[in-house]
Amino acid sequence: MTSDAVALSERRQGKFGDKYFAGRPQQVLLRNWLTFKSSAWIAVVSGFFEPVLYLLSFGYGIGELVGNISTSTGNISYAAYIAPGLLATSAMNGAMIDSTWNVFFKLNESRLYKAMLATSLGPLDVALGEIAWALMRGGLYATAFTLVLAGLGLVTSWWALLAVPAAIIVAFGFASFGMAITSYMKSHHQMNFFEIFLLPMFLFSGAFYPLTVFPGWAQAIIKALPLGQGIELVTKAMAGDFGIHLLVNVTYFIVMICVGLYFTTKRLNALFMR
Amino acid sequence: MTEPLIRARGLTKTYGDFIAVDGIDFDVAKGESFGFLGPNGAGKSTTMRIIGATSVRTSGTLTILGKDPEVNGPQIRAHLGVVPQQDNLDSELTVSENIFIYGRYFGLSSSFINKKIPELLEFAQLEEKKYTKVEALSGGMKRRLTIARSLVSEPDILMLDEPTTGLDPQARHILWDRLFRLKEQGVTLLITTHYMDEAEQLCDRLIVMDKGKIMAEDSPAKLIKDYSTKEVLEVRFGSERNQEMVEILRPLAQRIEVLPDRILLYAEDGEQLLEQIAAKGIHPNTSLVRRSSLEDVFLRLTGRTLVE
Amino acid sequence: MMSTKIRKVSKYGSFHVAEARIRNMLKWRGIILFEAVVNPTLYLVSIGIGVGSLIDANNGVNGVSYLTFLAPALLASAAIQGSADEVIFPVMEGFKWNRTFFGMRSTTLTAQQISLGVFLAAMARAMFSIVIYWIVLYLFGALESDTAWLAMPAALLAGAAMGAVMLALAAKIENENFFFTLVGRFVMIPMFLFSGTFYPLTQMPTYLQFFGWISPLWHATELGRYLTYDYPLSGLQLSIHIGVLAIMIVAGLFLSTRIFAKRLEK
Repeated sequence: MTSDAVALSERRQGKFGDKYFAGRPQQVLLRNWLTFKSSAWIAVVSGFFEPVLYLLSFGYGIGELVGNISTSTGNISYAAYIAPGLLATSAMNGAMIDSTWNVFFKLNESRLYKAMLATSLGPLDVALGEIAWALMRGGLYATAFTLVLAGLGLVTSWWALLAVPAAIIVAFGFASFGMAITSYMKSHHQMNFFEIFLLPMFLFSGAFYPLTVFPGWAQAIIKALPLGQGIELVTKAMAGDFGIHLLVNVTYFIVMICVGLYFTTKRLNALFMR
Repeated sequence: MTEPLIRARGLTKTYGDFIAVDGIDFDVAKGESFGFLGPNGAGKSTTMRIIGATSVRTSGTLTILGKDPEVNGPQIRAHLGVVPQQDNLDSELTVSENIFIYGRYFGLSSSFINKKIPELLEFAQLEEKKYTKVEALSGGMKRRLTIARSLVSEPDILMLDEPTTGLDPQARHILWDRLFRLKEQGVTLLITTHYMDEAEQLCDRLIVMDKGKIMAEDSPAKLIKDYSTKEVLEVRFGSERNQEMVEILRPLAQRIEVLPDRILLYAEDGEQLLEQIAAKGIHPNTSLVRRSSLEDVFLRLTGRTLVE
Repeated sequence: MMSTKIRKVSKYGSFHVAEARIRNMLKWRGIILFEAVVNPTLYLVSIGIGVGSLIDANNGVNGVSYLTFLAPALLASAAIQGSADEVIFPVMEGFKWNRTFFGMRSTTLTAQQISLGVFLAAMARAMFSIVIYWIVLYLFGALESDTAWLAMPAALLAGAAMGAVMLALAAKIENENFFFTLVGRFVMIPMFLFSGTFYPLTQMPTYLQFFGWISPLWHATELGRYLTYDYPLSGLQLSIHIGVLAIMIVAGLFLSTRIFAKRLEK
């Protein structure tokens, strides 16, 4: 007599990537849902407030000192100017928390992945499940934030709805990249790397002021960094500004996603197949 | 003879220059309770991980249920229940959620798992704790839950790495009792331990490992018979005098082992040996006669104690 | 050999605890120094000059450059962040992760000395961050008046007030699961954003100004502005700002001593 578990795993045998993928990332998602239901919702829901607080404080407080900003699409309020940047930033932050600190904990402290990979689940199931979770969280934040923007009258066209898919693409890129790097981290002190990288990227991203205050070479660097790309993507999508630029932004993130997934799977496999 | 469940030939695992497992051979039959006894670092856990298809061997051959873990990792893992040395329960979930989600990792249906849960909770004596978060459980309860969790997929082979390390004596006995029941149900058990009493209690057959090699292989009783005497007399003279007494005592016993705190004298009849010593006017500070154990086998084979 | 030395309870127990904490911090001196230098530089360049260029081009604020306006707030904020970090993590570690406080308690150290020692070490760390930050501000030319150096003790007051309150709060928390996230999102970030840090508090609606009144950052920022440029404060305002910070320090330390004693002696 063979058990269901054996029958299931034998059904996948010989299929492409069967050593790395059991076709069940949704079970990893289910696990996160169970923890979310019982208590993690506090942390998840609280994450929504972060960009809203920034919007209120900066948009209205600094907005009063700054006045209107002239952009390529006309003169807009400071709050409307920073909104897409804050959305992209919060998509990045949400995805990074899930895919870096949370993953580090599950990898090294709670040994959760070890337990998962002792079953017939494969490393790609784990990677995809965790990233999908980060995306759902990112998507939730993006939707809520867009609603807040609409409520505050900062949304001018229906294109703003595109903010949600744009933010999800940004979150996907950061989540898979972040998880890949985290899987190589050995001590939580190395995790400070993320902060050292993220803080300047955030401060100089152009979320708070036009990049034109910087010299040309600095602008080029900022625009080439992931958050710069993310802000550009969200800003353009929300403005309904489709062009070759948008395609470049999207391609940039697709590359990030693929590279991240590849290294995460490879590293998890190496870690648990020593 | 039927094909063994697990067959290893020349199984080797190296990490750089370090040889963790050094060309070992063994067979495990279906329904058998098979032990790996040895001190920390003997290569037991590495061997277990290779069998569990979570570590890739360097050389040699290994088949589990006729399959090679290097080729059919997921298929082999579907047959196994794994209880690691350190519990890796999901601390954010409750007791029953832990079993549920673990079953889901194997792809089992919710209805199947939900039918299994009461049965497994009863087995682990955790019915009362069904809705308790794992964090709040005692060490013994966590270990029983880890075992219950590993049984959700109805594995053919249950692998236990140091199952009772860190548990108090009472919790150990409860756990041994549970493992006996599994054995009665025909589950093949693979157990690593550095406790000789555990190996004697649980294993039908075991291999004694040291530095990646197999030193001996047999049933616990046969190993004791082959490598030790029936009884052992332990004497202490205090740390200053142990050395000088060794030469006087050596001719009296079949074999003698000197440990930092005591001298072990091997004989068929310990009481009789103690009388002989007393007759010579030698009076140890303390003396104790006991039956030989696997500890003595290990000492004989390696010149070292299991727990150092 | 039995020692015949007479053992007595040290009067300086809290300094021994602080020493142990500081030795621990020194292991991470590279990261601490890096953060202390890089953080202010990044903030000043990005917000001070980036956002500042927009504001100064408009009407400016308080009649000084935006950088000058922002400087004391960032200084006090760095003090608060540094002392909060050095209080929260050691307390979690001491009570739960490594249970080091219980080890200390089994020596002649008292609960009061342990809590005070952690606090003192956090103050040392805050002072270090403040001095570095101040130097960076000076180099950026953000400090205008002769009394600008007094902004350092003012910032330390803010660090002490936050440190003392956090010491009590962290000691009270037995299950830290979401503590860090919640403190970050519902205490640290709102405080940073709504304490008159980036624009005068009075610019917010009155009901939001309440945030500022209970925020150590606002009180210290007002003091700092008074000390670093020509920002008028009456004698009464000065004493209120100092008084509120002092009350926070005393109340926080008083409470944390009691909570430490309760947890270590139960």
